Amino acid sequence: MHPLHFVLGIPLLGSLLQAFIGHRPVARAVNVAISLATFLAAAVLTADVIAHGPVFVWNREFFIDPLNVFLVTLTAFVGFTTAVFSRPYMKVELAHGKMTAPRLRLYHSMYQLFSATMLVALTTNNLGILWVAMEAATLTTVLLVSVYRTAASLEAAWKYFILCGVGIAQALFGTVLLYMAAGKLLGSSGGALLWTNLEAVKGSLDPDIMALAFAFLFIGYGTKVGLAPLHNWLPDAHAEGPTPVSAVLSGLLLNVALYAILRCKVLADGALHNHLASGLMMGFGLLSVVAAAFFLWRQKDVKRMFAYSSIEHMGLITFAFGMGGPIANFAGLLHMTVHSLIKSAIFFAVGHAAQKAGTQLMDGIRGLITVNPTVGWGLMLGSLAILGLPPFGVFASEFLILTTAMREHAWATPFLLLALGIAFAAVFARVQPMVFGETTVRRLPHPPALLPVFVHLGLGLMLGLYIPPYLNAWYAQAARLLGG
Amino acid sequence: MSVFLTQFINLLAAILLLLAFAMLAQRRVLSLIHLFTLQGATLAVSTAVVGYATAQPHLYFSAALTLLLKVILIPLLLHRVIDRLNVRWDLETLINIPTTQLVGIVLVMFAFYLAQPIAQMSATIARGTLGIALACVLLSFMMMITRSKAVPQVIGFLAMENGLFFAATAATYGMPMVVELGIALDVLVGILILGVFLFHIREQFDSLDIRHLEKLKED
Repeated sequence: MHPLHFVLGIPLLGSLLQAFIGHRPVARAVNVAISLATFLAAAVLTADVIAHGPVFVWNREFFIDPLNVFLVTLTAFVGFTTAVFSRPYMKVELAHGKMTAPRLRLYHSMYQLFSATMLVALTTNNLGILWVAMEAATLTTVLLVSVYRTAASLEAAWKYFILCGVGIAQALFGTVLLYMAAGKLLGSSGGALLWTNLEAVKGSLDPDIMALAFAFLFIGYGTKVGLAPLHNWLPDAHAEGPTPVSAVLSGLLLNVALYAILRCKVLADGALHNHLASGLMMGFGLLSVVAAAFFLWRQKDVKRMFAYSSIEHMGLITFAFGMGGPIANFAGLLHMTVHSLIKSAIFFAVGHAAQKAGTQLMDGIRGLITVNPTVGWGLMLGSLAILGLPPFGVFASEFLILTTAMREHAWATPFLLLALGIAFAAVFARVQPMVFGETTVRRLPHPPALLPVFVHLGLGLMLGLYIPPYLNAWYAQAARLLGG
Repeated sequence: MSVFLTQFINLLAAILLLLAFAMLAQRRVLSLIHLFTLQGATLAVSTAVVGYATAQPHLYFSAALTLLLKVILIPLLLHRVIDRLNVRWDLETLINIPTTQLVGIVLVMFAFYLAQPIAQMSATIARGTLGIALACVLLSFMMMITRSKAVPQVIGFLAMENGLFFAATAATYGMPMVVELGIALDVLVGILILGVFLFHIREQFDSLDIRHLEKLKED
């Protein structure tokens, strides 16, 4: 059996298992075990790809290539570390009465199902299945965001459902158009939606249909990436759901949605021979970076603030892929990886801090360095890393993106620099008192799971200093694939 | 393909568009559900006709799926929900129905304009129908924006899905089977979740007016 069977099968069966035992105390440990097994399977898959190269599985319906192999590993890895973080976190939520046994069962089951849908979306070769998996990911996360059943969380989940539902419906229309364009060349069999088949004939796809198809696909999946002006759901969903969910939303789901856009962009570029796809991505990417930077100033809720920071970074990555070319694509892929690691680490630290302070309002969180030095340092280092301070990986990717922008699209550079500067000032000014301010709060009663925070930060640091050769090769190959 | 069948499909497409306009103006929740059921039935018939006209047997299956899902299962669920929530006879005050309809007409023209280059060179029956499908999607989208009650918003969401499905059958003779099944499953699960949500919202806010759901704003 191919390791991909395990990568997809374990979380799927795990969610079924958790549907039965998810409410028991042991379920929190089982959740970690399932996610660990998924991660190990993904590691075996990665080793297999390193040894034998890209593969097709199941009648070419699933595939692993340089563009998705590292995202699969990253998704499985962050899924695992988030499960580790969630274990003590949910124990406290249970003790505080915010979670009950039935809700915990829903949470555990949906957590695994969510992992499964993301992994399916990443590995499928069929653009129709990609859509189905993205929609399923939306449905599972709607349930995760609303799990507290408070007025605010219901509102956030409703908004999320309606906005992303509408968005993803546009993506379906785009997929239909794509299938229509492909049908002329590949016949109306199932093979006409396979990405590899489409890629092979992308030069002769009808440009009129493809332009319209890409516009719809971009709006649709772009809503899920959180690109302005369709980002409204994102801060609410991040702030009102449980913190482990915020971590996987920011760290993983946004990446998966962006991955879907990238797959479509390759086809659109091949068919159109113009800069429509690049222009759309650069425009909306830049708009998101600038809009998010200004919204960052006005936040009071710590999770909302970091949600806006996610919009900013996704905008930056979209902009990078919009510029295209080997360097910007490389930087975009690196930034996707590092942002996912660092942002989830920040949410872990924020989760513990907010749980201890009993509030998510930044004015209520003070003096983490005296209350729990490791949480404090985790938050501080994480914030510095995400703001792009060297030697963390974000610095490397932002540096590459900025220098490419200066060389090829000089007009965009002042906007980018301004936005990054504002974001730096806004986030740093708020994190500083949270970490070093005066406090009267006692120390944490429970030991928080801080290993994930520092493992993520360590990996983010490593990627800033040294990129393993095979990862480098994948990035380079994927960057070539994405063209530009 | 015979002229008669092509005309028949065009007629069904026109009915779909009319129904979308009717939904845009309908104030009564119960009538909205009836209109939605009717739209589903039209969709099922048109899918079957396209299947017959193009000799694509898998379209019969998807017509049956549409019939089961959109004419029987989802309306049944919606009826149960409005009964249990006791909003069966609810009237929604809609402002500016004439304006909404006029904007709707502009949307239809926009949809036709977008679909025109594709329709011109399309060899399928898609000529007029793709534009109509896109118009249905946009009209349902507008319905979702203009409604302030939760149930009509959900129906708007479902109507949009109908438009998309019509696009898929008319323009491409149906998506691959596995994709179609996946979409159907997603819609069904989605409507179940939304149904449960309606109860939670009502429990929380004592009302299904989604104007209550506007607390989360930037100050």
